[in-house]
Amino acid sequence: MKFKTFVAFVGPSILMMLLFIAAPLVSVFIQSFHHTQPVYETVTREVCTPGFIKQICQEETSSQPVLGADGKPLVETHYVGLQSYRDLLDMDRVWQAIDVGRWSEILTIDFWKALRFTLTFTLLTLPLVLLVGLALAVAINNALKSIRGPIIFITLLPFIITPVIGALSIRWLFIGDGIMTAMLEQWLQQDIAMFAQAWTIELLMYFYRVWHVAPFAFVIFYAGLQTLNQDTLESAIVDGASRWERVRYVLVPHLMPLIIFVALIHLMDCYRVFEEIVGFSSQAHVISLQWLTYDFLTPDDAGNRSIARASASAMLTMIGIVLLLIPLLRRTWRDHKRGGH
Amino acid sequence: MSTPRALRQPLALRIGSGAFIAFWCLIAAFPIFWIMVMSFKVPLDAFADKPTSVIFGPETLAGGQGLSVPDIVIGLIVLFFFMRGVVRWLPAKVQQYAPGGQLWFGWILAAILTGLAFVLLFFGVLPPVMQGVNGLLGSLGEPVLGLTTEHYYAVWVENEFYRNFLNSLLVTAGVVLLSLTVGTLAGYGLARSGSNLAFWLLILALIFRALPHSVLVAGYLPVFITSSEWLQPVFDVFGASAPTLYGQPWAVIAVLVAINQPFTIWMLRSFFQSIPTELDEAARVDGCTHFEAFRRVIMPVMWPGVITTGLFSFLLAYNDFLVTSLLLDAQNQTMVPAITGYFNRETSTTDQVEAVAAAVSITAPLLLLVMVFQKQIVSGLTAGAVKG
Repeated sequence: MKFKTFVAFVGPSILMMLLFIAAPLVSVFIQSFHHTQPVYETVTREVCTPGFIKQICQEETSSQPVLGADGKPLVETHYVGLQSYRDLLDMDRVWQAIDVGRWSEILTIDFWKALRFTLTFTLLTLPLVLLVGLALAVAINNALKSIRGPIIFITLLPFIITPVIGALSIRWLFIGDGIMTAMLEQWLQQDIAMFAQAWTIELLMYFYRVWHVAPFAFVIFYAGLQTLNQDTLESAIVDGASRWERVRYVLVPHLMPLIIFVALIHLMDCYRVFEEIVGFSSQAHVISLQWLTYDFLTPDDAGNRSIARASASAMLTMIGIVLLLIPLLRRTWRDHKRGGH
Repeated sequence: MSTPRALRQPLALRIGSGAFIAFWCLIAAFPIFWIMVMSFKVPLDAFADKPTSVIFGPETLAGGQGLSVPDIVIGLIVLFFFMRGVVRWLPAKVQQYAPGGQLWFGWILAAILTGLAFVLLFFGVLPPVMQGVNGLLGSLGEPVLGLTTEHYYAVWVENEFYRNFLNSLLVTAGVVLLSLTVGTLAGYGLARSGSNLAFWLLILALIFRALPHSVLVAGYLPVFITSSEWLQPVFDVFGASAPTLYGQPWAVIAVLVAINQPFTIWMLRSFFQSIPTELDEAARVDGCTHFEAFRRVIMPVMWPGVITTGLFSFLLAYNDFLVTSLLLDAQNQTMVPAITGYFNRETSTTDQVEAVAAAVSITAPLLLLVMVFQKQIVSGLTAGAVKG
């Protein structure tokens, strides 16, 4: 294919990606070093109140936004360097907490709290998703052919459901004295409020994520099982491998590329955890990195969005993604150099 | 059975794996099934702590709204045949009536018609018919199962949820169409070019795929809000006033298409690679340019891959919360962000049940989608994994 034809085919797509993905990245990078705020001026005026014989006059100073020609408040943007990052990371408090030796105090700062949750969330759900997905694939592959269709239909439901709604549907089972909470209370003989403390909410979030992603892992592994070589399996049996050994030494190595694929996709998606926070309304207890940026971008009560901080937090989130992707990129680069793509 | 004896499984293992599947199916379907049940009850029943009172709805029944035994039996029979019709009959009819290239249009039309038929059948035709039947049956026609559709009425008519529905429809349709058009061309180009550039473009797309969406939105927001100022010089040429991009559905469509591009081109590329190169080479030998070869030879055989990719674009646009909630204002809001409006107020339990009804309304089209396209979804997911 000639270069010109190639460009004609790929051009629109590349243009879209440059315009709406690469350009925003650059602008976020620049924004994170700048601060935009309304211009305030200090006005001094004499305020007089009627008094006996003579008016009592006082000088009052107040600051008020400067209005532009069109009646809107003027805004100015100036370079602040790393100020937004400093505000976000709050290293002074972090060092202080380390000096005193009270580590848990670090987690009261929003950014570190969000980072802690995002990382625990990603690392804890990963093995669970892989395990449940693998177990489902093996079990359903084992089931009668005639009922596989309906089973796969039901299994796909948690995967395609709108994430916010999926989280909500689980929340509604537990909210207040919902049926699941009532059942747990009866079982444990104690009063339970699932949404009053952080760790129970986190448990529900882990459950939700596994529930939501396991079907995806299942579908991939199930497809991999269909290509499993029966001869290898049979020779393993002839060699006297037990059922468990067959899974360990035949099945898992066969599925390994797929397991890595699912793990990578899961890491990328988990790092962006966001919908759970909205669905479970957990912002008072548990927040994630992406939610932090979202929160800065949402207008506050006065209608202001803190774009600079949002950009700084977005850039920090990006760094995490880059760290995550480096091993993957190195592997792809090595494969490419060997000419195997 | 011809299974070799050594491969036969002990009974305990078979029962174990069966029980595991049954348990999983219960967990997978239960929350979705339960919110459906909840949405038809008055708040006192919906959030009751006993499962039986949520299912049978005594308070709802006491309010005089419920279903009798004949209602349930006939309703289930009609539902069964409706579903069967959708699964068996609909795909064939669409294939038959939709002209070659307009298959997607046939599907959209079919989906809308099915939805309308469902609402008309279960909310328009059945209630009056069953009222007559119940009247004839006497004591057998007494309601036994509490059920009310008042929350759906409140959501769709009083709270004007249909506006959000139309916005969702607009955004979703726009995203699917545009991202397929742009993506098919790029996917084909990438699949047929073995150059280094193509490889690096794909890697770049992979990196873009990993970016959190909030990072991108942080880039769009200030630019979109002030767009009427910085776009003005461009629009002055035409003598028009520049639009504010913030709150415009088509701006959101463009954003979502771009976010969706990396996934789309990866998937379509692996699909185009499975179409033999001999096909377009033959067309080229016959004197076609690359574009003619694409249009006359590749387009007729690419529909399965395009439908599958389209499904995933649909899911992305339909399920999106973050981008739409930040870039659209209240009157152009789509369904998913609109639902959070219900419990930021959190004033009453009625609001909560209305939110449940809205949630079920959002989920219903997705259920229909999996029912019709289960095979495509499974094959699409695996195609991306096995090759990529």
